[in-house]
Amino acid sequence: MKELIKSLVEAFGPSGSEDRVRDLIAAEVGKVAREVRTDALGNLIATVGSKGAGGRRVMLAAHMDEIGIVVSHIDAKGFVRFGGVGGVFRLALIGSRVRFADGRIGVIGSEQKRVEGDLPRLDQLFIDVGAKDRDSAPVKVGDVACFDRPFVDLGGRLVAKAMDDRIGCAVLVQVLKELGETPHEVHFVFTVQEEVGLRGAQTSAYGIDAELAIAVDVTTTGDTPEARTMAVSLGSGPAVKVKDRGMLSHPGVRRWLVETAEREGIPYQLEVLEAGTTDAAVMQTTRAGVPAGVLSIPTRYVHTPSEMVDYEDVLGAVRLLVAALRGPAEIG
Amino acid sequence: MLLRELVEADGVSGCEKAVRDILIKAIEDRADEYRIDALGNLIAVKYRRSRSGAGVAKVMVAAHMDEVGLMVTKVERDGFIRFAPVGGVDPRVVVAKVVRIGEERIPGVIGVKPVHLLEPGERDRVLKFEQLAIDAGMSGEEAQRRVRPGMYASFATAFELLDEGGLRTVKGKAFDDRAGCAVLAELLAESYPFDLYAAFTVQEEVGLRGARVAAYAVEPDVAFVLEGTVCDDSPKEKDTSPTTRLGAGPALTVMDRSVICDRRLVQLLISEAEAQGIPFQVKQPGIGGTDAGAIHVQRDGIPCAVVAVPARYIHSPVSVMSLNDFENTVRLMRGTLQRLQGGLEL
Amino acid sequence: MKVAEFLKRITEASGVSGAEGEVGTIVAETFRTLADEVRSDVMGNVIALKRGEGLPSGEHPRVMLAGHMDEIGLMVTKVEDGFLRFTTVGGFDVRTLLGQEVLVHGRRPLRGVIGCRPPHVLTPAENERVVPLQELFIDVGYEEEPLRELVRVGDFVTVRREQIELAGGRLAAKALDDRAAVAAIGFCLDLLKKRRHQWDVCAVATVQEEVGLRGAITSAFGVAPHLGIAIDVTFGSQYGVPEYETVEMGGGPPIGLGPNFHPKVHERLVETAKALEIPYQIDPIPGRSGTDAWAIQVTREGIPTALLSIPLRYMHTPVETVDVRDIERTGHLMAEFICGLDETFASELGVQVRRLNGQGGPTCC
Repeated sequence: MKELIKSLVEAFGPSGSEDRVRDLIAAEVGKVAREVRTDALGNLIATVGSKGAGGRRVMLAAHMDEIGIVVSHIDAKGFVRFGGVGGVFRLALIGSRVRFADGRIGVIGSEQKRVEGDLPRLDQLFIDVGAKDRDSAPVKVGDVACFDRPFVDLGGRLVAKAMDDRIGCAVLVQVLKELGETPHEVHFVFTVQEEVGLRGAQTSAYGIDAELAIAVDVTTTGDTPEARTMAVSLGSGPAVKVKDRGMLSHPGVRRWLVETAEREGIPYQLEVLEAGTTDAAVMQTTRAGVPAGVLSIPTRYVHTPSEMVDYEDVLGAVRLLVAALRGPAEIG
Repeated sequence: MLLRELVEADGVSGCEKAVRDILIKAIEDRADEYRIDALGNLIAVKYRRSRSGAGVAKVMVAAHMDEVGLMVTKVERDGFIRFAPVGGVDPRVVVAKVVRIGEERIPGVIGVKPVHLLEPGERDRVLKFEQLAIDAGMSGEEAQRRVRPGMYASFATAFELLDEGGLRTVKGKAFDDRAGCAVLAELLAESYPFDLYAAFTVQEEVGLRGARVAAYAVEPDVAFVLEGTVCDDSPKEKDTSPTTRLGAGPALTVMDRSVICDRRLVQLLISEAEAQGIPFQVKQPGIGGTDAGAIHVQRDGIPCAVVAVPARYIHSPVSVMSLNDFENTVRLMRGTLQRLQGGLEL
Repeated sequence: MKVAEFLKRITEASGVSGAEGEVGTIVAETFRTLADEVRSDVMGNVIALKRGEGLPSGEHPRVMLAGHMDEIGLMVTKVEDGFLRFTTVGGFDVRTLLGQEVLVHGRRPLRGVIGCRPPHVLTPAENERVVPLQELFIDVGYEEEPLRELVRVGDFVTVRREQIELAGGRLAAKALDDRAAVAAIGFCLDLLKKRRHQWDVCAVATVQEEVGLRGAITSAFGVAPHLGIAIDVTFGSQYGVPEYETVEMGGGPPIGLGPNFHPKVHERLVETAKALEIPYQIDPIPGRSGTDAWAIQVTREGIPTALLSIPLRYMHTPVETVDVRDIERTGHLMAEFICGLDETFASELGVQVRRLNGQGGPTCC
């Protein structure tokens, strides 16, 4: 599964430009799924199984897009001003490298006047693409770029850009491959534009009209030096979400995941996230309401180019979802 | 001139009737049908004249009728009228301006303490809405009788041509988005190879609310949004983006805070502009939001693009735009819609 | 129906956003005695249907009444050395929490207190400072080991408060925002039992309003009403708040006016109040109303929507205060308004379509 993770995290895919990630995933799931389609906004939807006794129409979602930058202006000397695509983390920007769709690299520099000591604002930063002037700049206003950083395998722990949420995509692909018989009609949705407002999940959830929805996404941890209080740590198993800024999980879905983990002897943790949210927030309020929950992969340094996960947590998430989906969903 | 009529009408979010009435008159002999929905959206339909096979069957083009403005919140016993902003109004721009209140269009002024009486430091402080009041010249009794909480007030600004040659600049209020409304009314003069739903929407400025329900109801295959957009091309210290430039042609959105536009539609617009030799510009990404934000996530997703006429000083009592940009927007949209003939790979 | 008695039962029950089960059960039981059918949906909204006689055409347009039953509360984030760390669910003023008594909804309910350090050990500078949420903790009196068995991350916490009767027909309690509205809806349904009305009434006690109008979003989609009325609380005149930001306590229901509300529905509510000689107030809201009405209006193809409010002091504290007469008046006003809903009003609110020439009409289906 590490090869799959490596290829997914290194692919280019800021919100709105998920094509390459979609192609990679489509190639993986094409042989296994009953049907694979791309909808009007670009979500990739792979379907397996059909509703048997006690079965439901289930939507599983992981987002393909990653945070990035968009070119907003090129000045006379060829320096590129930019805006964020999704929630870019200013602390992680200076000295970072970005990669455009054509592979071209730029480095992020900062103005020096008026920012001494302080963290520069986004509009005080620029990208140097090595151009001499505006006309020779190889990019144009509206071009997007992702952060550039290779995948690293530290043994038990994996580091890369875009673990948020390619690790969720990898989990879904793996679940799809391992699932086999299921009483449910399961739609694996690889969503677009999560980082800019959960947009792909909103439309795909409406289209699928699910009876049960689970997002697989990353969550932050409280296990680093002087971290904010949070009872989630790396390596303690996937986290079953109770609450974040955008949703309160359906109690039945939460219980179903917890009971499955306990039955299967899979370590798990309960999660209350005080910032951020996931695709499940909009899946839950689709149409007349959908029972929704989240299975989170604990991740350090979220929204930096070096997001770290624990491989055992990832495998645990796959096992948990496979075990849950092979049986009926008793969500009360 | 329809544009003049539209920008001299008052239509603050939630009270778009005067603008809607003008538009109904303007499109009556162009559309096949129109409807007004529960929120007040005007949706005019122009059905295609022949069955033209596969591809796009239903296109929605939207422009919002509402403008930012003020609402009366309380009439004080001495006749002064307290107010709050409707939509994004900068409190600094309302000071010492003339407004019209309610359907009767009662004139009033927003006064300010004389400069002579200011305490040291006071002139450097921004006035808040709570510190301002409209004076309609009325006694307390008359004000209580004629002006009631919940009434809307709008900036009183005349439409005028500033420069007859060159950029053919005009000034007026509410180019955001009466410019889009006027473009959309023009588009209804022609027939297209699909059913055109011209949605003149309400309540864009308070949260893209009209477009949302209109798109849900219409269920189009693709949608375009016409806007009057930010143009910040005045001289600045730093070499940064002007967002758009006046006179540089229709502005195309790649992404803003509300939407990432469908790349196929953006490309279609660019191809049409290049084919016709129409100047165009790409709007600074990440700035503002439009009805497209609400439209593209309705139901199971609607590909969207945004085309805008640049206008300086929007959301203030007076803005400036170029009739050249306006007319080029009409040309670009007309040609692009005809190009949807063969359909879009959706 | 005795409003104060019903209110006491529902405000003393717990029902933090996302965990409205306990209060929902009481509301459902009560609504069952007042309506034809009661169900709850996926999110936990309690939806009561009281059928009307129908229009002469045989149609049954629906009016949806929405009052939210969730309350703001707290949630355990960590069990730490025998103390509980927590976060807020909904908009709390953290300054109101020091020294409050709480109920932790663990494996079984546990009484607890939010601790504070005594003034004796604080420096003057510490005394001046608001204690931030991250430094607060709940003490339930247990040691670490048994506590871990009883409480888990994600357990809800409510403030303990019994309803208090103040002078002059006023009540103080927790969660009057927005259970006062649930009581007004109950009162309205009770009045309708003895009245004839044509439209169906869907009375919804919504969930998760305090965290983003989420129950209203889904219940309005499910109910698909032809008209929606949200009932919520608004700022009653109180010490320390300027007059122009508040409404009068005991002055009758404020009726919302602005973009969020359909002008014809507003007008009809005002006329109804005048005809009944019920005091009312005009409540201009220039944009986002922050109530369920904001969600209901943009549901599906758009729903004509109104807002009635109940003046309330000290919002989002456990000593919220209302005047019971304002609740009763709101119920009366709704009942009378509903009895006046007929075919004409239904067609005035519907989508107005005009065909312009003979050649129109879809060319394909």
